[in-house]
Amino acid sequence: MAQENGHLFSSGHTACAGCGQAIAARLVVDVTGKNTIIANNTGCLEVFSTKYPESAWGVPWIHSLFENAAAVASGIEAALKFLGQKEKTTVICQAGDGGTADIGLQALSGMWERGHDILSICYDNEAYMNTGVQRSGLTPFETSTSTTPVGKQSLGNPRPKKPMPEIAVAHGVAYVATASSGYPQDIQKKIKKAISIKGPKYIQIHVPCPLGWRHDSELTYDIAKLAVETGLYPLIEYENGKLTAVRKLSKIKPVEEYLKFQGRFKHIINSPEQIKQIQAIADYNIERYGLRPEPVNPSAPQPVNTQTKV
Amino acid sequence: MNELLEGSQAVAEAVRLCKPGVISAYPITPQTHIVEELASIIADGKLNAQFVNVESEHSAASVVLGSVATGVRSFTATSSQGLLLMAEVVFNIAGMRLPVIMTCANRAISAPLNIWNDHQDAITVRDSGWVQMHAENIQEAIDLHIQAYRIGEAPKIMLPVMVNMDGFILTHGLEVVDMPTQEQVDSFLPAYTPLYKLDVENPLTLGPLVDPDYYMEARFAVSETHKDVLKLIPLIQAEFQRTFGRSSGGLIEAYRLDDAQKVIVAMGSVCGTTKDVIDSLRSKGKKVGLLKIVTYRPFPIDAIYQALKDIPKVAVLEKAVSIGSYSPLLSEIRSIFSGKKKSPVISGFVIGLGGRDITIDSIKEVYKRLGPKPISEEYIDLKPELLEETI
Amino acid sequence: MFGPLISKAATAKANKTGSWRVEVKPKFLQKDCIACKMCVLICPEACVSGEAKNTYLCDYEFCKGCGNCAAICPKKDISMVKEEEK
Repeated sequence: MAQENGHLFSSGHTACAGCGQAIAARLVVDVTGKNTIIANNTGCLEVFSTKYPESAWGVPWIHSLFENAAAVASGIEAALKFLGQKEKTTVICQAGDGGTADIGLQALSGMWERGHDILSICYDNEAYMNTGVQRSGLTPFETSTSTTPVGKQSLGNPRPKKPMPEIAVAHGVAYVATASSGYPQDIQKKIKKAISIKGPKYIQIHVPCPLGWRHDSELTYDIAKLAVETGLYPLIEYENGKLTAVRKLSKIKPVEEYLKFQGRFKHIINSPEQIKQIQAIADYNIERYGLRPEPVNPSAPQPVNTQTKV
Repeated sequence: MNELLEGSQAVAEAVRLCKPGVISAYPITPQTHIVEELASIIADGKLNAQFVNVESEHSAASVVLGSVATGVRSFTATSSQGLLLMAEVVFNIAGMRLPVIMTCANRAISAPLNIWNDHQDAITVRDSGWVQMHAENIQEAIDLHIQAYRIGEAPKIMLPVMVNMDGFILTHGLEVVDMPTQEQVDSFLPAYTPLYKLDVENPLTLGPLVDPDYYMEARFAVSETHKDVLKLIPLIQAEFQRTFGRSSGGLIEAYRLDDAQKVIVAMGSVCGTTKDVIDSLRSKGKKVGLLKIVTYRPFPIDAIYQALKDIPKVAVLEKAVSIGSYSPLLSEIRSIFSGKKKSPVISGFVIGLGGRDITIDSIKEVYKRLGPKPISEEYIDLKPELLEETI
Repeated sequence: MFGPLISKAATAKANKTGSWRVEVKPKFLQKDCIACKMCVLICPEACVSGEAKNTYLCDYEFCKGCGNCAAICPKKDISMVKEEEK
């Protein structure tokens, strides 16, 4: 049921202009192809793609509740095994950051631990956008959201992002990667790789939200790239528990470059002390994942396979 | 074939005969024996099915939602807190018109924590859209599971069915039962042919967002289908009798109602005790009877009206409450007679909460208390001295 | 009787989101295009298509005018222009 222009996620959905999630969702399903079944948690993607009587999906797709897509997908996978159709079908369970890292984490943990052959995708726009930009476990440090507002006693979200990729790795998930809607080809490459591997896979895709991040719609692409280029959203791959690839940064940009376009960071952009703290997060990522083109510490263990910046 | 079986074993065997392809459940007393037995059956190669060991009842219900949506007959079972944890999914399964079959081993709800039988769990999700049936004994539990697949999977129906059996009393009790043969079940229950499913050859979108222009019709449709279920269940009951040679299931069972002056209305295993009491009282010339509700949802309003309209005094005997109001079954039975010319004097009694033993004397006490005026909600075998306890 | 519960695949095209556009729209200049397809990959509306160099276009029935095709084009061969411009 391909679209006229070949997409399995069609025009006519009701995402906001410049929605990063709409970009990523289409890239994912276009790679996995028509032999895909998707279980989708409640969230923006579900709402803007399946408002009755219309659907943007060209593949079989099911939404049940906010937190159970991983369990629904487990049931789909079990049913396909029973029918002898698992080998030819890709099962995806997908959710936003809240549906993945918060309310859906238990079902996801169960699905990973049981070893289902399912690809889980987290569209990470770093807050509960569907309900009006409330803080989630994947909201970055000092982000202004509607439940971590800036005030006399508050600089926004007091906590850093929950380390979901490492939580997936700790479950023994065979392939874990981060990706970004600023790097569409990289998303496609990682999805392709993920579906070539049997067992549970987890890909977390950084997807700017013009409404929630308060940036102009045409900046979705640039902002997503800047998150990577500053080291705030490292693109990494784990295979069988080992960090096997990272996107090296040829020129590391200061975090202000990323923060300054977004209203959610407006309250800190002129505060050197706060910028310093966010820069420290980027610096930590850069060291931890070895994002510099040359090793800073030659004795530190290095990823076995690295990519160069496109 | 007649054999002595524990209730849970018997239900597991009945489910095996129905050949589900996916089973998923989470341990909870007193349901656990059922799925343990099914796990053994699969481990021994006696049933070709995927058994999914989940991390919660919420996921157990979600797994079978997914597998039935993929077109595969499925089974789950739970109790009490488990049913409440999956309540959100329970509503969702019915709303999505997916014929999941579930055993509810009825158990009280915490707090205080209590693992013994009453009906508060099933009653709490009565408005979900599930068909809810109650077994009186282990034989009926077997039979209702086989019928449940026929009812739920009927192309006109496509709704989930919950078979209720009293925790411990039936799940852990032993009974000589007539276990159907595979040939009998196969001739009664065809393979599941879904009207819609997740299929890459015919991609559909299941579970869309439905706005105010569309939502009411979806809910109304479930309600209308429940009317069809009321018509279907007696047909299934009759066909079951033809195939298996015994009457089982149905909407209601009238026990010695002819000329009865005092009638108890009840659900589940307490009906067995009540029948014994009736036989004993009848032998002494007392005109008493029982109306057993087998199908609680859809509520068989007409059948109950016809059965009770000429009875002078009715006692609704209930293992659940609706705190702050009259008990659910009492309210519903009374509502049947609202505005009707003929109506019994309808009284309500709460009995056996949290597994409080229901004795022959408890039932006799109910008949005894039925007088000329209606009693709205009296607790049987309550211990007033315990109410004096202070914190 | 089931009511509104299931949608057919890929029916969203009934919804012409091009009406959402305000002020600007992308203009595919078709001069320096190298057919890298980045505009196709980035379009959130899945409404850009084309085959060879200088053939890429978007479907204005669905384009919401977000401007990311113009932002990603390495040859600056897409520009955002006023809605009334041809």
